[in-house]
Order: sequence, then structure tokens, then C-alpha cells
Amino acid sequence: MQEVTIGIGGSAGDGLDKSGDTLARTAGRLGLQVYAYNCYQSIIRGGHIFLKIRIGDEKVRSHGNHLNALIALNQDTIERHAGEVEDGGVILLNGDRLKCNQARIRAGVNILPLPMSHVTASVVEQFGPIQPIMQNTVLVGALMYLAQIDFEQASGVLTDTFKHKGQKVVDLNVGLLKAGWDFASSHSKPVGASWKYSRVRRPFVTGNEAIALGAAAAGCKFYCAYPMTPATSILHWMSSHAKRLGICVKQAEDELAVINMAIGAGLAGVRAMCATAGGGFALMTEAIGMAGMMEAPVVCVEVQRGGPSTGLPTKTEQADLFQLLGASQGEYPRMIVAPSDVTDAFWTTVEAFNMAERYQMPVMIMSDLLLSEHPETVDADALTHDVTIDRGQMITSWNPDAGKYKRYAMTPSGISPRACPGCAETLYVAGSDEHDEESILVSDMYTSPATRRKMMEKRMRKMDQLLKDLPAPSLVGPADAEVTLVTWGSTGGAVAEAAKMLSNEGIKTSYLQIKYIVPFHSKEISAILNRPTMKITVEVNYTSQLSKYVRMETSISMDGHINKYDGEPLEPAYIVSHVKDILAGRKPDLTVTEAEAKEIADHYLRTHFANKLCPTKAVCQPSKKYNEPVWTIELTHRLSGEPGGEMIVGAHTASTYSFKKVEEESSKPAPQLTRQ
Amino acid sequence: MSTVVELPVDLFKGPIEPDWCPGCGDYGVLKSVQQAAAICGVQPKDLLIVSGIGCSSNLPGFMHAYGIHSLHGRSVPVATGAHLANTDLKVVMTGGDGDGYGIGVGHFIHAMRRNLNLTYVVMDNQIYGLTTGQCSPTTTVGHRTKSTPEGNMERPINPLALAIVAGATYVARGFSGEQKHLADIIAGGIAHKGFALIDVFSPCVTYNKVNTYPWFKERVYKLEETDWNPSDAGRSLQKAFEWGDKIPLGVLYKSDQLTYEDSEPAFEQGPLVKQKLGLESKLFAELIEEMV
Repeated sequence: MQEVTIGIGGSAGDGLDKSGDTLARTAGRLGLQVYAYNCYQSIIRGGHIFLKIRIGDEKVRSHGNHLNALIALNQDTIERHAGEVEDGGVILLNGDRLKCNQARIRAGVNILPLPMSHVTASVVEQFGPIQPIMQNTVLVGALMYLAQIDFEQASGVLTDTFKHKGQKVVDLNVGLLKAGWDFASSHSKPVGASWKYSRVRRPFVTGNEAIALGAAAAGCKFYCAYPMTPATSILHWMSSHAKRLGICVKQAEDELAVINMAIGAGLAGVRAMCATAGGGFALMTEAIGMAGMMEAPVVCVEVQRGGPSTGLPTKTEQADLFQLLGASQGEYPRMIVAPSDVTDAFWTTVEAFNMAERYQMPVMIMSDLLLSEHPETVDADALTHDVTIDRGQMITSWNPDAGKYKRYAMTPSGISPRACPGCAETLYVAGSDEHDEESILVSDMYTSPATRRKMMEKRMRKMDQLLKDLPAPSLVGPADAEVTLVTWGSTGGAVAEAAKMLSNEGIKTSYLQIKYIVPFHSKEISAILNRPTMKITVEVNYTSQLSKYVRMETSISMDGHINKYDGEPLEPAYIVSHVKDILAGRKPDLTVTEAEAKEIADHYLRTHFANKLCPTKAVCQPSKKYNEPVWTIELTHRLSGEPGGEMIVGAHTASTYSFKKVEEESSKPAPQLTRQ
Repeated sequence: MSTVVELPVDLFKGPIEPDWCPGCGDYGVLKSVQQAAAICGVQPKDLLIVSGIGCSSNLPGFMHAYGIHSLHGRSVPVATGAHLANTDLKVVMTGGDGDGYGIGVGHFIHAMRRNLNLTYVVMDNQIYGLTTGQCSPTTTVGHRTKSTPEGNMERPINPLALAIVAGATYVARGFSGEQKHLADIIAGGIAHKGFALIDVFSPCVTYNKVNTYPWFKERVYKLEETDWNPSDAGRSLQKAFEWGDKIPLGVLYKSDQLTYEDSEPAFEQGPLVKQKLGLESKLFAELIEEMV
């Protein structure tokens, strides 16, 4: 497979998302495959944003392990990422403003500083002065040449992006793109071979867009939400398309209102959905149980982010499994499903609506920030309007001669034909209290343990049939695998690539992606895992929640766990190295690495000294004073390069034990540094 | 407007008898809700009564109509969802002061702000009855309850003033002891286009020994028997603070304004529940093309 990975880094507000979009859409239109991941923070302006775009001529399922090209929109990006660019790669920057120290880069990496005022001179002459943000387009143009991506297609994307602003703006942007392309072609060699384009136009879709589109295709007529990252973009897509699609989109006052509105709409007979993150879902749980009790159909999307509490609002995690499993008091029938990629997210949403109505129960779709927010190319025909809409046993008229309608009729399947308000002769009160077949409460004046028992069994019986309706997972990879990776959600992409990498290295590896959490295919999963392989769960959390859940449902214990909980998604190489550690019997090493020690120092300097110092060297030594080995980190003044001081950071605890500052020779007496 | 054909009250009588304490104010409210539905000529199949949790929230079970007996404090959002899904239904919320003004007060305010076409009947007994007598958001200062043995220290919510300020367009007060009058103002609320709040003095004969039938009977008077004009929000707000020897009953405030439903584009093709599901291939292709 031919592939190239490009990083674009800058601050929030630098417009790097647009640059990334141009690049990715161009590749998608050429028929190439793209997977992008945007690493950002909860900030509107400033901070550090890093967008990684991986392009391949075959399907790419993660943002990969590499960096072949870097577009640095600020100095910070150079410091953080220049060292990640691999041999043969290139670093692009505005040479008028930024510089990249050779010491920061690996061997075989080229730095291509674009003298921006010179490169854009002819464009400025024609169109007048350009805004700083437009330099991005010049850099993208240069990158297009280096990555050998078709110029005509890229200018077509820019034309579509800017045509609503008029031809002049289109010409300006295409001119800038061309200026970058021309400069690169005369000053550098391409970093990759030329591509064979299939030119099958592929849409570039995020998980949240796929969920929203899937809901629309499945006939969702009511969507409500309270803004919460990383679920908000579903609300945005729904709101901006509501009028065209005839969907009532409601921003509610809180998540309590959201879920209760969605349940009310579901009870009244429309397909209703809501979405939130873990914190919002915590507020919804009581009502989820009510939907179970009332047998109300509702689809609730829970997009996980770094927790607990407010946690890491813009970072990914898979740590809400037990929250969903434990949602609401009592026991009730429900479905919990975790799609693995963008296409799967679309079809899972369609299925969720059908199951919610067929089985009259809440269906929870578990996504995570990576799945919901990352865009990837999908095959154009993988998504279609032509989806099955199965509303289950719905009654629209009732002949009283056939007897009295009983909303919660005790049937062999547990499914009671459902009538909605407005239908004559089928009146009932849906109750959150336990009730009999006619929905008369057995909790207040009347009591009936027998009715309770049979009603409980009736409701729970629905789970048996539901399980049969859902496809069991299967093992992917060699039958004689030595290692079996077990995973869920968006981590599946990196796991699939890691399994391939391991197999290529001679460690035959298969993997099992578990999509249906509740109901759980215990029998089938037991059969898969009852083989003499090294079983390892891979999940983005601390406590190996899936591993615990699998053990609970199958009595099978994993042989190892691979976890990550720093907010960033797993990369295939991370999995590969951890699998090797586990095979070699090495325990996970939680010591602060040199890179981490520098990052911790950098964070301290950024927050206390306005970024004026930076870490350079770090040495780890035992220390009696601190009762643990410590990293001694040498600091220098960022601009002058003069010695700036020293920091000591614990190698086990990561505690910032000491900080000594040395004033610059050139600036003595030093002005009082103010804390920003 | 089509002509309203009044229906027999008995049509709305539910399958089971209420389980409230003998003498509870809620009996009168139940009767009034049934009468109001009859006056408005709403067919039981088109009437949806939504409640929360509490003694008074059991009301839907005693009606012949559709009902949702939801969670404590959540009748308003459940009703909002059901109403937006099917705007052909007449949706009436019923519940108590703890349910609506305590745990559910956030939803209450926002529903009024939206001026949704909903009717909310709050059986206000100034006490938590089902949990055996703790103070509620409308308990008066100094009132000794199980949770305030030294007397309530918090000032009560003024639901009518709150409703006027929050944007309700029909704000009224009734008294369970004035059952015909109550039926008329509930009917007025159902007929009103916009959010109607009807706060009802519905005495708890078991746990509230202060705000009793005689206590109210001595004090209440009907605005309809005065020259009251409910169209001025400022004057109505002032009126909402009248409390003490004289307490007004009746419609304090009424105003015709745009409702949420008037502005919702999704309703242009009729109630959501009657619309076709799914997407045409051409529209779907356009949505995909946006992402290419």
C-alpha cells in the first residue's frame, strides 16, 4: 500500500481545519482513502491544534504511526512535532516568520521554508494584500506537490469551497495554491511516488455525521440535545439540515429534558433520538430506565470523552462502559451497541431505530470522541437512502369486538403490540411504576407479586429474541494465531492494523471486535476465546472495562491488557510494542520517559513562565533526596538559546520537585516575569 | 375554528377509582379536568395527560384518556416531546408543587419561555404528601413540617409571578373547593393557544394543617367577579403578589402571542407523527455530495 501522513499544526483560529479539509477532500475525490484525526483543546483561540491526515491508496483505518510531512503554522508546532517527521520527509513553514532548528529534526528530513512574501508577490500584485490565514493555502499547495496530489482536483475543491464568495475569491485562493505548488516544485523533490487514482469520488465523513445521516435515513423525526463535546456536531448537522429533512430539532435546557423529550416523542409515535457525552448521559440515566419500564422506543447516543467529571472535554476515552451497563436503577431490557468506524456508525444508527421500535426499548449507541469527530473517506455506495425501516408491531386501529386492548399484553415473545395516542379504542397510561397488562399500577393501592414477576419476565424475554436478531462477532485473522486482540469501538481500527503489523513480523495475530455489548453473544464469544492463544484486550481506559465485562459474561480471563488513558487515541505501533512486552513477560513500564519528562517541564514553563524557556536535555538518575529516580532537565532561553535553568521531575511520580532559573546574560537586570 | 361540541363528563371517567385520602383536594381537580376536557370537546383518544410523581401525579390513571405517568419532575419535557411529535393531541400536564416547582422547576421555566401549546395544572398543596409531609417550594415561612420542625426558613416560590415573567401566556389560579370555576379556567387553558399554567389550591388534608379548606375559603375571591382585565403583564405581575387576607382566583394573565409551534418549520407538513419516514434518493445523494 502506498501512503503518506501529513501533520498540520497551529493554534485554534489559525484555520488549519480548512487546510486539512482541502487536502482530504481532494484525496477523496481522486479515489484515495483518508483517515484524519484532530488533536485539539477546549479553547476557541490559541492553544495547540494538531491535525493528522493519513492518505493511502487502500483503506486506512487509523491515523497511523508516521509523519511524512509537517505543515507548521507556528513555532510551537515545530518544537512539538518536527522531531516526528521520518527520514525522507519534509517540514513546511512560513520562512518569513518561523525557523526550524536542524537539531530538532531526524536525519534525512528536509526543511522547506517558504519565503511567503516572495512566494505570494505575484498574487498580491494581482489581488492586493492577503490575510495571514491565506498563507495556509500556499503551504497546502506546496504540500500537494510534495505528496504528488493532483493540482487540478485541489483547485476544484477550493473552487467549490469559495464559489459562494465570488470568482475573485476563487481565483485568489487557486492562485495561492499554485504559488505554493510552483515554489515546491522548483525547490524540492516529492516525498512520495505518484499515485494511481481510481477517481471514484469518496465522501469524507465524521462518525457524528454518519450517525446523523443514518438517523435521517432511518426516519428520525425528532432530535433533541444539549450542547456537549464531542456529541455537539450531531446537533449541528441536524440543525443545519432540519428544514430540508423535516426533522424537528430541539435544543433543550439540560440533558434531563433531552432524554425525557425524546422518550415523550417516542411514546407519541415518532422516531426520536438524542445524543450527549458521558456527563450528560449521567443525567439521563433515570429516564433510560423509564423507557425500559414503559417500553418506549428511543435512541440515545453516548459519545465518550476523557473522564471522570468534566475531565478532558476534547479528548478521547472508552471509560463509560460501566456507566452504560449500570445506567438506571433496576433491571430492564435495553440494547447497547458500539460501532467501530464511520460506515458502521451509519448502519448501527439505522439498526438502532429498528431495534428500538421492534423491541420497544431504549437503544444506546456508544461512540467515542475519536469515532465521532474524526473524518474518514467511505465508499460512496457504502451509505444509501435505501435502508430498512421496521417499526415492529404497531397498531393503528383496534376493533373492540376482538376484546380489550392491553398495552402490555403478556405475549410469548414479550413484545406487546404498541398503539400510540390518537388511536381510538386503545387508550392506556404508560407508567413508570410497575403495572399490569392494562397498564394499571401494581405499586400503589394494588399490589400483586405474581403480576410483577410475570411482567418482569415479559419485559426481559424480549432480550432473548433480540440477541438472535443480532449478528455474532467473528474472529479476524489467521486461525492459528498466537495472539488474539480483543477490542471495541473506534479502537478496532488501530487494532486491525496492529494485528497485520504483528503478523507481518511473524507474530500471528487475530482480533475480535465486540460490537454488541447488550445483549452479549456469550456463547459465540466464549467459543472464540476458548482457544489456546494469548488473549489481550486493547482499550482506551485505565481499568480494562471490556476485559472485566467479558470475564463476567464468559468466565474467560484475558492474559494481558493494553490500555491508554492520556486522552490521545491508540496508534497501531503502540499496540505492537505492548503486545511484544506482554509476550516477553515484561510488565507495563509506567516510568516517565525522556519525552514525557520534557513535556512535563515544557508544560510547567508554559504555565509559569509564558513560554520563554524550553527544555533541551534530560538525564535520569537515582536520587536519595526525592526517594525515587529523577529526571534532571536542562532549560534554555527559547530565543537566545542561552542557559535558562534546570528542573527536576520525579521519574515515577512525575512530581515537579524543583525549578531553578538562570537569567539571560543579554537581558540582565531581568525584568520581573509576570505570570500569565 | 370548528364548532366545539361539548362531550359528556362521564366519558372521561377512568377505569379505576382514585386512591387519594378521603377529602383530598385532588378529587375536585380530577373532576374539573374531566369537565374541562368535556367542555372543550376533546375526544379521549386525542387527549394525553402527562404527569410526574407524587400523589397528584396519579391523576392520569383515573382518566379515560391517553396518559404518561412519568418520572418525578419530568412531566414537562415528556409532555413537550409527545406534543411536538403529535401536535394533533391536546396535551395536559398534571402534577404537584414539589414535582413542578421543586425538582422540575427548570423544565417548567423553559417550557413557558417557549410558549408551547401545553396546559399545566399544578395541584399545589404546599407540602410533600406522598413522602409523608416535608416542606415544599410553596410552603410558607414558619410552617412546621417533618423536615422543618422549627418552622420553614425559606420563602415560597410565587408560581404565578414566575409564570408571567418566564413567558407563559395564560396564567390562572383555581381552588379545588371551587370546582366549577376551576373547570372553566382549565377549559380556558386548554382552549388557549400557548402555554397555560393553572396553579390550583388543592389542600392536603393529611399533612398540611395550615392551608386547609377553611383557610382558603376565608380568603379567596374570583377575579371574574371584579372588573379585572388580564391583558396587562405588568398589572398581572403585581396582582400575582396579592396574598394574605385576600387571595385572587381566576385568570390573572392572558395574551395571544406566537407559539413555538407557529415557528417550527418541521410542522409545515403537518404533525411529525403523520409524516413519511426516510429520505428520497435524490436528497440523500445531495447530502452525500456535501461531504465529497
